[in-house]
Amino acid sequence: MNLAYTLRLADDAMIIGHRLSEWCGHGPVLEQDIAVTNTALDHLGRARSLYQYAAKQFNAMPQEEKNQYFSSVALQSLVETGADIDEDDIAFLRDGWDYRNLLLLEQPNQDWAYTIARSFYYDTFNYLFFGAMQQNADSELAAIAEKSLKEVTYHLRWSSEWVIRLGDGTDESHQKMQTAINELWEFTGEMFTMDNTDMHAVQGGYGVDLNTIKPKWTDQIAAILHEATLTLPTATWMQEGGREGRHTEQLGYILTELQFMQRAYPGMEW
Amino acid sequence: MTNDKLNKSEWPLWEVFIRSKAGLDHKHAGSLHAADAQMAIENARDVYTRRMEGVSIWVVESKHIQASDPDESGSMYDPANDKIYRHPTFYDLPDEVKYM
Repeated sequence: MNLAYTLRLADDAMIIGHRLSEWCGHGPVLEQDIAVTNTALDHLGRARSLYQYAAKQFNAMPQEEKNQYFSSVALQSLVETGADIDEDDIAFLRDGWDYRNLLLLEQPNQDWAYTIARSFYYDTFNYLFFGAMQQNADSELAAIAEKSLKEVTYHLRWSSEWVIRLGDGTDESHQKMQTAINELWEFTGEMFTMDNTDMHAVQGGYGVDLNTIKPKWTDQIAAILHEATLTLPTATWMQEGGREGRHTEQLGYILTELQFMQRAYPGMEW
Repeated sequence: MTNDKLNKSEWPLWEVFIRSKAGLDHKHAGSLHAADAQMAIENARDVYTRRMEGVSIWVVESKHIQASDPDESGSMYDPANDKIYRHPTFYDLPDEVKYM
């Protein structure tokens, strides 16, 4: 059963995709406005593939299990009718506690440096994660990983080059980049915490052992920060909770905007 | 990197050439701003190839393009107007020869 595992990966993609899409029409220059929006759409596309797969797994479960699975009223009332659910139901009808994305990804854009730092941490993780996931025993996850890796390779190049450009730029850009790197650092530990869902996934042959990618992630981050003349943060205390549905206040604002239309006008299409 | 590269108002202009598929020529697609050649290629990738328009990109800083002077178009181009014999339209081409 990969449902929990699939859902958390889908939520990661959905929330970072939404955050990056907030730059649409607000980018610092036209060319970067388009670049960051392209990237947002890559994440959203991955979210769709994963939500579709999650819906397929969910719909195949016995009705009693389905009734217990989510604790969001809007989605529960739909599930209890016995109807199949789809990708949109999962995205639009779950409340914050049913979202399992990393806390890092829901943090606000703030300025260009924060946006870049958040993507830099996540893209580096994603590159290693999907690289490993290509060998997955689950053919659907492996296929999504293979497609994603090409996109993620470009995302990583983009965010790494911006870290270097701003870090090794003016005094002001250096200082802003270092601040963003420092401030978001406490959200990076959660990426590598192996909880029960991860353990089951690894034992089941369809998950990635996060312990194997953590040292590679640290090396890669350190190398780019060094090139950017920035300092690698050393703080060891880390924020956690996203994987259990305990979020920062930021997720509520995202879902309010993201879900408004479907909550106010259920089933609406355009 | 020098400071002026981070100042958006001073990012130089680049001309972008896209090859739509292997074997065809690079064609001028448009222009954009970028701090350096690397960024120009990446911006061109995002601005001009996101709808599958290309398989290869060239960029050149616009200031390196030398253009002909419009005021000289009379002496530059008009003399070709009555040299119709320069067109290969007086030959019968075999069907096997394409793209002429």
